[in-house]
Amino acid sequence: MMLEQQIINALSLGCVYALFALGFTLVFGILGVINLSHGAVFMLGAYTALQAVAILHLPLWTAILVAMLASGVAGFLIDLVVLRPLRRRDAPHLIPMIATIGVAIAINSGVQGIFGAENLRFPLGTLPNVSFQFAGVYVTILELTIIFLSFALMAALMATIRGTQLGRALRAVAESPKAARLLGINVEGLFLLTSFAAASLGGAAGVLISLYSNAVFPLMGQPMLHKGIAVIILGGMGDIRGALLGGLFLGFTEVLSVAFIGSSMRDAVAFGLLFLVLLVRPQGLFGKVLERKA
Amino acid sequence: MSDFTHFWAIYSNLVLSLGTNALLALSIYVTLSCGMLAMANAAFMGIGAYTSALLTINYETPFALSLVGGCTVPAIVAFLIGRPTLRLSGVYLAMATLAFGEVVRVLILNTESLTGGALGLNGIPQMTEWWHVAGALTVAVLVLQRVQRSKIGRAFEAIKEDEVAAALMGINIEGYKLLAFVIGAVLAGVAGVLNAHLTFFIGPNEFGFDRGVEILTMAIFGGIGSIMGPVVGSTILTLLPEVLRGLDNFRLLFNGLILVSVVLLLPKGIWDPARIRVLLAGNKRTTTA
Repeated sequence: MMLEQQIINALSLGCVYALFALGFTLVFGILGVINLSHGAVFMLGAYTALQAVAILHLPLWTAILVAMLASGVAGFLIDLVVLRPLRRRDAPHLIPMIATIGVAIAINSGVQGIFGAENLRFPLGTLPNVSFQFAGVYVTILELTIIFLSFALMAALMATIRGTQLGRALRAVAESPKAARLLGINVEGLFLLTSFAAASLGGAAGVLISLYSNAVFPLMGQPMLHKGIAVIILGGMGDIRGALLGGLFLGFTEVLSVAFIGSSMRDAVAFGLLFLVLLVRPQGLFGKVLERKA
Repeated sequence: MSDFTHFWAIYSNLVLSLGTNALLALSIYVTLSCGMLAMANAAFMGIGAYTSALLTINYETPFALSLVGGCTVPAIVAFLIGRPTLRLSGVYLAMATLAFGEVVRVLILNTESLTGGALGLNGIPQMTEWWHVAGALTVAVLVLQRVQRSKIGRAFEAIKEDEVAAALMGINIEGYKLLAFVIGAVLAGVAGVLNAHLTFFIGPNEFGFDRGVEILTMAIFGGIGSIMGPVVGSTILTLLPEVLRGLDNFRLLFNGLILVSVVLLLPKGIWDPARIRVLLAGNKRTTTA
């Protein structure tokens, strides 16, 4: 058990967590909704990529793109059909969350009805089983793909939000949809776009985790959803950089607690930590203080 | 009578779970009515279930004593974690309580010598009678109704509407919040005890995140404007999968779609006293509430 090897594991796991949490936190930051259907959308991504690889024989890169597109469209539709009417009505923040639970149940069981509950796998050789050796540490091509792709997507998102006109508009909407609308920003359009982008990030995370654990099953999104919640709390809710740091932090905590404490306590360490963080620093480890007094 | 015996043989578990689910929905209703979205109810249910099952199995205690144990331990735990946790509000409180629930679940999972770990506890004597469930639910509804009209209930409502204003009026916010949290924990504990002595088996995963979300869903689905709302909501959501059984693999799909539709079309849940009054009065005016 080499520490360096564990670090590579932690990095790739943490990247997937971060990627998943990024979409989750994006929706919370901009729409103000805890989107509990994010896990279902994540699962849809994995199934789409699997179908694309196994039936259409697309190369993995294309399959990932197709999966991101499919998940994105699902997120867009969820927003259009479910979240938008609730926004129009100005429903209290709990209500959209409950609605997304219904969406998640429907998607999960729809997929289970079509593909069955069993565990599906990507065909052998989807990714060449090659590993590289750097300074005594083995890195598989899968881990490299995960790390590279996650960082690329996160960098693209951050660059968009920081540097472009679109990103400026998004930040304005996150600050106050009402004020943004007065400034002539197409707020509804940005909400829909956010839902699309968040879901496609979730879909990408779904493909990556299903390659990593070599398992695609209808309820795969649920444990991920719990972790996503943990990550965005650790990172500060609605905070994009926080989601990245929180994801990596959770990945490292899990891998290192497996290595040093034992695999059975993995989730206890992660959630115990989360509970403590909330009590001591409700704004998250990396979040800014965001007090809102009546 | 034989028809009834036949029906009871098949559906008694379903009928009794209507009662336990109603208790769970009420347990989250109490905290919601005090303006807190606390989602530790599944965990409290689990603590109650495990406490009572361990008492019954290991010490062969009478059911009444197991019931008392199954209420007291969740109450104590709620009291202990309540102080620091209830400082949080809104989404943060929801997340902290969910995280607490996960901690409880994983702890149960990992204390194998005591709780049986992932295998759960098997062979819990079936001591729950139908009248235990009916009685517990009736008492819960009556007590909550009394509480709602008392000083405590008014304080809850004031805190829910505006915490700062309530504090200015001299309401002990922390105290009342803690009280609501503990009452919720006790109700969830009772549901846990009854459920454990009904189903013969309990396992850690029954009390996880999904159960917590389910409990919340039942309450919101029914409507949290009154005590009847959560009861109606839990009843419908418990029966729905049975009613949709003919749809086989796709029944949960419809379950989900129905949930979404109700949230979209009936903002105040199924049981909305104002709307029902309007319907009963045959009044064509739409409610403005």
